[in-house]
Amino acid sequence: MAGIDIEGLATVYPNGVRAVDGLDLTVADGEFFALLGPSGCGKTTLLRTIAGLESATEGTVRIDSADVTRLEPGKRGVAMVFQDYALFPHMTVSENITYPLKVRRVAASTRADVAERTSAELSLHGLLERRPGQLSGGQQQRVALARAIASEGKVLLLDEPLSNLDARLRLEARTFLKKLQKDLGITTVFVTHDQAEALALADRIAVMQDGKLRQLGSPREVFARPTNTFVANFIGSTPMNLVPGVVAATPGDGRPVDGSSHGSAMGAVSLAGGSLPAATVSVPVGAEVTVGIRPEYLTLSTGDVSGPSLRGTVVVAENLGTMSLVSVDCDGTLIGVTVPEEDEPAPGTPVVLTAPAQRVLLYDKESGELLARQPAVVG
Amino acid sequence: MTPAYVVRRIGFYTVICAITLFFAVPMLWIASAPFDASPGLGVRWPDWTLENFRKTLSHPYALHSMVNSLLICVTTAVAVTAFAALASYALSRVRIPGRDALLYGLLLLSSVVTGTAAMVPIFVMMFQLGLIDSRFGVALVMTGGLLPAAIFILKDFVDAVPKSYEESARVFGASTLQILRDVVLPVARPGLATIMVWAFVNAWGNFLVPFLLIRSIEKQPGAVLLQTFTDEGGSANLAVIPVFSLLFSIPVVVLYLLVNSRYGFRFHGGIKS
Repeated sequence: MAGIDIEGLATVYPNGVRAVDGLDLTVADGEFFALLGPSGCGKTTLLRTIAGLESATEGTVRIDSADVTRLEPGKRGVAMVFQDYALFPHMTVSENITYPLKVRRVAASTRADVAERTSAELSLHGLLERRPGQLSGGQQQRVALARAIASEGKVLLLDEPLSNLDARLRLEARTFLKKLQKDLGITTVFVTHDQAEALALADRIAVMQDGKLRQLGSPREVFARPTNTFVANFIGSTPMNLVPGVVAATPGDGRPVDGSSHGSAMGAVSLAGGSLPAATVSVPVGAEVTVGIRPEYLTLSTGDVSGPSLRGTVVVAENLGTMSLVSVDCDGTLIGVTVPEEDEPAPGTPVVLTAPAQRVLLYDKESGELLARQPAVVG
Repeated sequence: MTPAYVVRRIGFYTVICAITLFFAVPMLWIASAPFDASPGLGVRWPDWTLENFRKTLSHPYALHSMVNSLLICVTTAVAVTAFAALASYALSRVRIPGRDALLYGLLLLSSVVTGTAAMVPIFVMMFQLGLIDSRFGVALVMTGGLLPAAIFILKDFVDAVPKSYEESARVFGASTLQILRDVVLPVARPGLATIMVWAFVNAWGNFLVPFLLIRSIEKQPGAVLLQTFTDEGGSANLAVIPVFSLLFSIPVVVLYLLVNSRYGFRFHGGIKS
């Protein structure tokens, strides 16, 4: 029953860089939690501060409701897997796995049992007498995980767990890691710069920028409703379309907004020579905004459609496997839209783009923050 | 193959041969003279005999001096390695301003400490400490002289130990001493072996320090004893010197071979990244 509570945490380096800057975060017991952000955003520093390898300048870290802010790393009950795995090259796999127990002077016979059990759990049988140098990258990673598990920490911390594996192995290891975490039910925090990895693995994601938390939510929330343009840009393998626009209409007074229908019940926003429906509560007509819409949520058609839409011509189509990313020139603005591979239009084809209102997000032009968080029901 | 090229190659190999010969002649002398019935200062095919060995082994101090040499050198090598390991780890991990300047300063001064220049003050100091005519005193002075360079060399090896190894051990609750013993030193083992051999060899060949600090002949190491091998007329005793030289060189060679086969001067690499 070990959650992590972080309150007002700041880690400032001697050179004055505020790597972590006033962060509040709660990781629930048994949760698989991702710290996501570009390099230099402070995610690794945050992880190391939780582990105690960096000391917090301000704020508190609680593990299992106990304040550990000033405790030595070894006394916090955390286990950590480093990006380079940090396996000791002069020890065998078995010695590596049981090193945390050796530090605590656990009897050799118990250690052998633990090595046997943990290695079976992580499919490392038959490798116990090898040295790390004789293992493949995937096996090394599993040994590092086995060692962390054998240490019986209350919390597992992973620093870029998949980044040292080659692409094909990474996918395999990702599935393995997710299953392992679910089986063990251990509270796990991992750091990654790869948004796809975070979306695939985590129960919840904290997106960070410049030492600050930009959004906290489930992978679905972070993907579908980024609360600011930074997150919108960062999440998603195809970049979100972020286009300047002007609010053209707000929903009619006293009428509930229905996301599934177009027309007068909805607000609308004009952009790129056309318009799209939008739930524009609390934003006055004529306000300049940044319109955000994922290529996956746009629908491309060649015929006429009713309601707000964008018109343009296909410039280029990129194959993504089962999908194609089509770039459409709408009055000088390039808009990306994904279509199934069999519907891929030829360049030069005139097309029409539509989107459901709840998928069209409006961001403040200056601050980049999401406007109209929920389609409000008035009256 | 122009004639000019051929001439150049011939010239090149002639120079190489001359250099090789220059280094080979003393080696050949050490290999042949001990077995020669009438050893001289030249290299020649020996008239085989073991008489020289009998004479050397019956010399009252010859074997004794070897034991003295071993005593002094093992003490020095162990002390240098132990202190250098602790110091280089600290210097490698602690951030203090002017750390590199300190290291260079130490290195520069170390050549003064073991050098001839500081011998008088060292003699006075050892005299006041009551360590004159003590093999331990000799080992102490040599350790002091070798330490700065040893720290300097070993720090490079310790620097190369990835920080994540230590942090990993720290997260598992290891103390600083446990980290040093279980992780850093084993990984830096090639460096430790290098330093130990280097310190041993340096101490083994050191003439000046024991010559000045040791009075009684039964405490003298081999390096000093070698110059006392004269016959009644005061000229070099060529029956004993070659054999003693041969015996004197064996421990160093054995040590190199042993360390090379036991530890190997190589690094068990981490992971590609």
